[in-house]
Amino acid sequence: MLIRKYPSVLIFLAVLAVFTLIVTIMSQAYGTGAIPTSTIKLFGKTLCLALAALAMDVVWGYAGILSLGHMAFFALGGYMIGMWLMYARTEEIVTATLANAPIPPTPIEVQEGIAGQIFGVVGSTDLPLAWSFAGSLQIQLLLVLLVPGIFALLFGWLAFRSRVNGVYLSILTQAMTLALALWLFQNDSGFRGNNGLSGLQNIPGLTDLPQSTISIWFLWASALALGVTYVLASWLVSGKFGSVIRAIRDDEARVRFLGYSVEGYKLFIFTLTAMICAIAGALYYPQAGIINPAELAPIASIYLAVWVAIGGRGRLYGAVIGAIFVSLLSSWFTGGKAPDVNLGFYTINWVDWWQVLLGVAFVLVTLFAPRGLSSIIDAVAGLRHPMRRGKDLGPDLGALREKEAEA
Amino acid sequence: MRRIFLCLLLIFAAPAWAQDLQTVLDANRDQIEKPSRQTIGPVINEIAASGDGAVAFLEAWADRRIGMAEDGRFAIIDGEAAIDAVTGAAVTGDVKALRPNSGVRGLIAAALVPALLADPDISRRRAALDALGRDATAEHLPALRASLDDPDPGLAARKARLERLLTIRFDPDPAARVAAIKGFSGDTSTDLQAALNPLLASSRIAATELPADANVLQQLSVGSDLTRDEAYRLLVDAGLARPRLSDAEQKAALAANLVDGQVGNIPVANLDSPDARDRAYRALAAAGTVPPAASAEDVDAALDSYVFADVYVEPSAEVTDAARATLNGLVFRERAQQGVDLTLDALSLASIYFLAAIGLAITFGVMGVINMAHGEFIMMGAYTGYVAQTFIANKTASLIVALPAAFIVTALAGIVLYRLVIRHLMHRPLETLLATFGVSIALQQLAKNIFGTQARPLTAPDWLGGSIGWGEIVSISTIRVAIFVLALLFLCMFLYITKRTRMGLNMRAVTQNPGMAASMGINPDRVAMLTFGLGSGIAGIAGVAIGLFAQVTSELGQGYIVQSFMTVVVGGVGNILGTLAGAAMIGGLQKGIEVLNPANTLAAQTWMILFIIIFIQFRPRGIFPTRGRFVEG
Amino acid sequence: MSDLLEVSGISKSFDGFKAINNLSFSIAEAELRAIIGPNGAGKTTFMDIVTGKTRPDEGQVRWGELSRSLLRMSEAQIAREGIGRKFQRPTVFEDQSVADNLTMALKAPRGAFSVLFWKAGKASRARVEELAAEVGLAEHLNRKAGELSHGQKQWLEIGMLLAQEPRLLLVDEPAAGMTLAEREQTTTLLKRLAETRAVVVVEHDMEFVRRLNCKVTVLHQGAVLAEGSLDHVSANPDVIEVYLGR
Repeated sequence: MLIRKYPSVLIFLAVLAVFTLIVTIMSQAYGTGAIPTSTIKLFGKTLCLALAALAMDVVWGYAGILSLGHMAFFALGGYMIGMWLMYARTEEIVTATLANAPIPPTPIEVQEGIAGQIFGVVGSTDLPLAWSFAGSLQIQLLLVLLVPGIFALLFGWLAFRSRVNGVYLSILTQAMTLALALWLFQNDSGFRGNNGLSGLQNIPGLTDLPQSTISIWFLWASALALGVTYVLASWLVSGKFGSVIRAIRDDEARVRFLGYSVEGYKLFIFTLTAMICAIAGALYYPQAGIINPAELAPIASIYLAVWVAIGGRGRLYGAVIGAIFVSLLSSWFTGGKAPDVNLGFYTINWVDWWQVLLGVAFVLVTLFAPRGLSSIIDAVAGLRHPMRRGKDLGPDLGALREKEAEA
Repeated sequence: MRRIFLCLLLIFAAPAWAQDLQTVLDANRDQIEKPSRQTIGPVINEIAASGDGAVAFLEAWADRRIGMAEDGRFAIIDGEAAIDAVTGAAVTGDVKALRPNSGVRGLIAAALVPALLADPDISRRRAALDALGRDATAEHLPALRASLDDPDPGLAARKARLERLLTIRFDPDPAARVAAIKGFSGDTSTDLQAALNPLLASSRIAATELPADANVLQQLSVGSDLTRDEAYRLLVDAGLARPRLSDAEQKAALAANLVDGQVGNIPVANLDSPDARDRAYRALAAAGTVPPAASAEDVDAALDSYVFADVYVEPSAEVTDAARATLNGLVFRERAQQGVDLTLDALSLASIYFLAAIGLAITFGVMGVINMAHGEFIMMGAYTGYVAQTFIANKTASLIVALPAAFIVTALAGIVLYRLVIRHLMHRPLETLLATFGVSIALQQLAKNIFGTQARPLTAPDWLGGSIGWGEIVSISTIRVAIFVLALLFLCMFLYITKRTRMGLNMRAVTQNPGMAASMGINPDRVAMLTFGLGSGIAGIAGVAIGLFAQVTSELGQGYIVQSFMTVVVGGVGNILGTLAGAAMIGGLQKGIEVLNPANTLAAQTWMILFIIIFIQFRPRGIFPTRGRFVEG
Repeated sequence: MSDLLEVSGISKSFDGFKAINNLSFSIAEAELRAIIGPNGAGKTTFMDIVTGKTRPDEGQVRWGELSRSLLRMSEAQIAREGIGRKFQRPTVFEDQSVADNLTMALKAPRGAFSVLFWKAGKASRARVEELAAEVGLAEHLNRKAGELSHGQKQWLEIGMLLAQEPRLLLVDEPAAGMTLAEREQTTTLLKRLAETRAVVVVEHDMEFVRRLNCKVTVLHQGAVLAEGSLDHVSANPDVIEVYLGR
């Protein structure tokens, strides 16, 4: 049923599998070593970003909620797993150090040692309450889902209950993100202020393994998460449920008169996608190695929307393509690898001009190619958009535009 | 009364055994030559009481200008020359300067005070009074009282005031002190606080029972007022109990007595719990290898047998009560002043938010166009101001040029943005949001490429540099007043434009019903474009104003954009007075929260945003909602 | 016969303008009723109040055998109680196929989780086809609703209403934009529907109302001006003044 309705799922999974296989064969750990470990990490991180974009597409492209806060959930997921990574790694170090002392350490001494190591940088030696479970991988993994999930649930409940929607909701989510970032920036909030959490690439218990191996493992995990989520998201948006959320996107008042609790559906989607973002973040930051509150800046969430828009919103593959395309291009340009353009009177250095290019390109896509990159795929598949003389498909702000829809 | 003091002073200053200077100097030659802080006091007093020449001698001594001539006479050195300290005759030959240490010089200076207070030269009297105000001792009180009758009325008043303050601190009679304290009620000056605060100093004591005459601030119960550890440390410090062993000390002691992998017959591997360590230590103590440490039972017993209290150093309860009452009054007054100060602070913050948001109130509030590049327009305005300053040296002139220039530059930018982007996304606010965000990142990077990443200065003219103040605490910088005035100006201008001009009428018509307006001959597109230009231009002017007190960087606008949107949303979209109220609320709130936690502006912002999110729950359409039948739903 | 819906003494004002002024209204379980009135009489606001879109300032709206108040319920809850509404302009989900539109409206649990795990069965597919046939869209099941003509959208919306199986139908100007033949068809359908449920039709077109041949309620300035058969109310001097006079 799912495959019949969305044949793209199979294609997507096949492409993803082939990609992963090729990268593995060319990796240092399991293959020829043609691709350096840093590039594998870049690929792994990009897959995580694609996963977040997928979630963003479900919430924005399908349910019409332009959330400018989903990167906050991404970062929260990263923080949750980062706490365990940092705690457990520090525990290993502290235990090793204390083991050399003549008297074996008490558990309290070990904990104090860890707290001192982690929080010395913000002038504290106590383990904050939020870190109570940092020693347990299972609980922190659970928190990766629960903390962003409950946070999204609470925020969404407040926002949807009072029927905040459209632009207001976007601004409100942006404010939420800003508040969270500002809070994390404080030294005494218990998350090391603007130092953030670092050394996350060192996986406790796997210190003997080289990064080349770990990076491949994370690439696999990221690809698996992306694949599974893609299937899940396809299933979600294909059936009657998908029908309802797309209806909410286009005309939520009408959906209400059909007897559906619009708020409940929005809350469900908002929370679910927040949790997907959290998973993406939890996979991303061990590959990035460091997380700090700057990752939660409102601008990051807008970038997420940019990726989805450039890829083509309302199409799951569009979001993935957009995220991969823009973030890889971005790291190519900002990495200084792009050749400078000499105009004679001025040399365009892409490190400086990439952002300008991205901004302008984004405006152009929004104006002239609302389907973004997936219009290429649509052209191949022979899809046309309906002729509606510029009219949207519904009265709501999130409704698809004429050119975004399929005829 | 004064006469009695005068007599006292005479008795003090000129004792019956008063001798002339020469005799005194001769008698104490050794002491003067090598003075010690502990013993020199009586000698200085004797010198001070010795009449003619004594003051000159003491002053020179305090200035390290007393020397000893070769023949043993004391001489006052004046540059290269020297004169005899008693006779004033010139001294020839080598004079060895004496070098009294600072402690001794302090004593000398104090001894000089009575004499100087009565000095005929007003400047010396004033200097002496200043010195006394800074640092006085009990001995000075009688001297000051003796000299109250000053010919200069201003100085007399100061002396009288200082006398009351010194009475509070040093008078032996509690009744006199209480009277002096009460005499000051209503006064808020800092010297009074400095006089009162030491009276309320307390110390924490532990005793088996409280002394009957103690002036107790409060009795402390262990566990609630102070922790058991603190209480026990107090006992240890007072020598009343044996110290407990700290964990680190215990560990060190155990490590030092490690024998054959065992400590006190307990294998080392087992010493990973506090219990095991205690047992090992007790075993060692029983064997006599380490001194016994206080056990938990010892601590309990000791804590039970003592009472703990905070006791005033000042023995008189009446004095402390009076001082507390007066200080409380003082604190209240100070709070009120701080409240005024806070209100002014909040007001200036609110006007900044208002300035930043007013352009947005037009573009977003009136037109419903969400412009994420608004912050970048503010930044463009600030950079325009900076560029104007690089061309025009005179700060005032450059500011006068910068304001309209910033308006024109950003208004044009706004019109271009409207024509190229926003017009094509008129009914798609979410797409507008994203497209203008693209413009915003492009503009930010452009600014970085042009002006660099470091902050550019935008200096205010001197007449905006100072501050306006009322009283000691309340003061507000002129620039903030100027911004407040600017905000008011904009408000009036905006109200005038919308309510009184053709343009405003067209604007309102177009925003309310574009189709109808078009059929009345108004070009909605043109009006919308001009409106957008107006809003953007105001952002530019706001940018100049904000740049005057903030660093001009490419990220200047970003810091204001979320707050500006909040201001508009909280105030109620489409209502300029709502924006004003929103700015007032957000500014006031942020300052208010900052008071609760002054060190942490980040926390204040976090709480403020949280508050706004909650606020929108209850008033989704802001403080002043747009009204009408078709708004609902 | 007990009343299905009983509206008593409701008032609603928007910034001083009294859109509904102490209005009382009731309808039986199987009854066809037409509501007429000039513009601004409060017809739409009345429907908004019944469907929960607008909360009245005062008054009561009671529903069903248990006479439960609808005032505390949300739009979705009221819709689930069995009140269906057809808007003046056809509002269908244009990005979705006719079948999707009808499936969404089918009477079934509306909770997020039950919808998530809902599967189209033989019965539901048959029901959708049956409904599509009834409104003349059997040929167009897999077309996007956005591609349908205006009249077809009207029919699709009526089909969706039928799929909801409401006990009370509120229909806002069903005849607008319909051809004469379609009007005939609509009249027949409404009459047939009213045999098993309550139907309230808001209409401007007197000719159409006459064809419905039912009890008529005339609204004016937010209150009931007259009630009875069309002939009865058109003889009422107040009604004549409102419609013709001034």
